[in-house]
Amino acid sequence: MADLLDKRREDREDVEIPTASMADIAFLLLIFFLVTTTINVDTGIGMTLPPKLENQDPPPVKDRNMFKVLVNSQGDVLIEGERASMNQIRDRVKEHVLNFGEDPDLAVSPSDAVISIKTDAQTPYRIYIDTLDEVWMAYREIWNSIARSGTLPGPNGEQILQKTFPDYQAYRSTLGPEDDNVIRDNFGANISIAEPDLGE
Amino acid sequence: MLLIFFMVSTVLRETDLKVRTQLPEAEALTKIDQKRLISKLFIGPLKSGENEGDTAIQIDDALIENRNAIRQIMYRKLQEQPKLIVSMKVDRESEMNTVNEVQQELRDAGTLRINYSSSREAGAN
Repeated sequence: MADLLDKRREDREDVEIPTASMADIAFLLLIFFLVTTTINVDTGIGMTLPPKLENQDPPPVKDRNMFKVLVNSQGDVLIEGERASMNQIRDRVKEHVLNFGEDPDLAVSPSDAVISIKTDAQTPYRIYIDTLDEVWMAYREIWNSIARSGTLPGPNGEQILQKTFPDYQAYRSTLGPEDDNVIRDNFGANISIAEPDLGE
Repeated sequence: MLLIFFMVSTVLRETDLKVRTQLPEAEALTKIDQKRLISKLFIGPLKSGENEGDTAIQIDDALIENRNAIRQIMYRKLQEQPKLIVSMKVDRESEMNTVNEVQQELRDAGTLRINYSSSREAGAN
């Protein structure tokens, strides 16, 4: 018995770490990290601020073309002076933009329509983004339908796309950085951000 | 061996954030593909220091003490990169008057392309 133990101890002294498989392990790890690493892309809601006006009044907008959304610090929403809820914004914006002069209180044409968002000074940013998101989503849904049909909405729907796409995102992804976005050029969004009231 | 050593020891350098920015969630997102056009601007409560919790503004690595300085910093950046996009990383709970003040500064500087950085809504898509 004692012999057996001694023999084992001698065997153990010879043991080395096998290094032959090191290259394989390194290679596997390399592949693993190549596959799992994602470079995070910045996502967000793009806006263009109006340029600074030098002692000049902003261009006048007819009242019927203006769609006013007011949000206070509690997240209560006023649409055109009436109480409403956040999830009504999307449909009301679409109704306003796609009016084509029918209702005398709504926009004359999509390009004349202006969506105005005004917040309180104390409104949390999160609520502002929610509101802005709803307005953008209203436009996004209209763009989706343009991408699907290839024609502009309205009574005389003009054909602007040669091909149709499942949605706006699919159309966007076909564009290169220098290409014109035909949908947005023909059906732009006018969103105005009013300076918040200083609720003293 | 070298490969493994570098894999373990390399940390991708990110800007050292001095303010907390928990981004809001949104649905109508766009991606900014051109990374070199982006300049990041953070608004949120301070993470540490004696004024911890106060709303502060950070551009790249430095905190902005004086809000009027944003104009000069952004103007200089715009000279270097005329197609600059300012990525606004604003904390969810920040108040709109701070955001608006910053936006007025950006208008003064002429950096009109901004992007309200937000993450994808949980459950959407």
